[in-house]
Amino acid sequence: MKDVFNINKTLEEVGGISRFAARFFREGFKPRYEFGELIRQCFWVGYKSLSLVGITAFIMGLVLTIQSRPTLIEFGAESMLPNMVGISLVREISPVITALICAGKIGSGMGAELGSMRVTEQIDAMEVSGTNPFKYLIVTRILATTLMLPVLVNLSNAISLYGGYLGVNIRGSISWALYWSQVFNALSYSDLVPAIVKTVFFGFAIGLVGCYKGYYSNKGTEGVGRSANSAVVVASLLVFIVDLIAVQITDLLGLT
Amino acid sequence: MKESVIEIRNLCKSFGNNHVLKNFEMDLYRGENLAVLGKSGSGKSVLIKCIIGLFEFDAGSIILLGKDIQKFNNEQWDHMRRRVGFLFQSNALYDSMTVRENLEFPMRRHEIKKKKSNEMEGLIRETLANVGLEHTIDMMPAELSGGMRKRIALARTLVLQPEIILYDEPTTGLDPVTAREISNLILEVQRKYNSSSVIISHDMNCINITSNRVVMLIDGKCYANGTYSELNSSQDPKVRDFFD
Repeated sequence: MKDVFNINKTLEEVGGISRFAARFFREGFKPRYEFGELIRQCFWVGYKSLSLVGITAFIMGLVLTIQSRPTLIEFGAESMLPNMVGISLVREISPVITALICAGKIGSGMGAELGSMRVTEQIDAMEVSGTNPFKYLIVTRILATTLMLPVLVNLSNAISLYGGYLGVNIRGSISWALYWSQVFNALSYSDLVPAIVKTVFFGFAIGLVGCYKGYYSNKGTEGVGRSANSAVVVASLLVFIVDLIAVQITDLLGLT
Repeated sequence: MKESVIEIRNLCKSFGNNHVLKNFEMDLYRGENLAVLGKSGSGKSVLIKCIIGLFEFDAGSIILLGKDIQKFNNEQWDHMRRRVGFLFQSNALYDSMTVRENLEFPMRRHEIKKKKSNEMEGLIRETLANVGLEHTIDMMPAELSGGMRKRIALARTLVLQPEIILYDEPTTGLDPVTAREISNLILEVQRKYNSSSVIISHDMNCINITSNRVVMLIDGKCYANGTYSELNSSQDPKVRDFFD
């Protein structure tokens, strides 16, 4: 049990990530600003993840609709299918699944890229050439994930609802206009806003952990592999923790 | 009177219980190529990483171009790193950038950025021509051989025209022919750029070709100091270990 969960190591890790986050806020808002690199990272995080997020979102909407249908029929509430699918996807499923996919793709990518830059002394080379590597590599990446994840989740929401429309029409029949009117009637800003706000924190957590693991990667190829792997594990765990906290807050604010 | 560009006094650096540098002392004079010779793991790389500020040292002092680096803030380091170049053992080329972008990168932070783009392009091409690789300007580092990467890494260091160049094992991992070419290039750079250099190495051929003076780093201290031929004629067994 001691090997599986080492409390000292875990606390050290939490402390390390917290200090890293504090450094981000300390250094991130002081000039010089690396706008070019920020745009490049936004392109990499946002545009390059679009196809993966889009396909997953469509399947997610389709499957959720098909699987929910029999239960709703049992309760005689088949007509509520678009409402239920809309609320489930927008409030919870789409943000969390998209964040988990991004934790896998972006978190591991950042862990591996920064880890190999550390191992091959590229980060040191940046420092000796007069560029602050923390600002250039870390601040831009964390900002990019924080900015792009809400955009990806919004797109994922839309695409998954298209999947939902197809799911409803596989067994039943509903017009395009009726489907969307039911979905939008069921949704309110109190569903949408907290869901989008929490994705900002998901994005921050994914970028923070991916960068932290890569930046402090141990020497050697094994270290790079471990950085990539633990970036995914810790980022995924953080997504769920942030989600739990977000649900508690929205509940306290009466936005449920 | 020779002008000292690096003065190191009583330098100490430890990693836990491993005392790597123990009251190490060294001077580098203007226009000189100084080789630091020592076994693997003797602290040679640690020494030059202390000089460039990648490692903080525990005690002692380093005076770099007349300034005590211990009191440096980030801005002062930025300014100093314009004047001191560093060639990494692993080359440390940015593998996501082309050769041109690799050379442009150090300029982005310094005054050279203010130059017009055609002047920057001219400087990049001239520097690449000086290392004999102008044709690689649009290639990626992955497309280059080990020797070419070393030359490009040297070009990236030279593009800022530094007064001091720190070479971390410049010939490690290269075949003897390429290693000799790199050694000759280091000598050529000294002549052309009138730079002073610290060359960390345990490659005796490289040291013989490039150095004006050799410092032997043994047990964390400056054990011997002299020209290559002086040390080669020494009868001290620890010195002889390197030359026999």
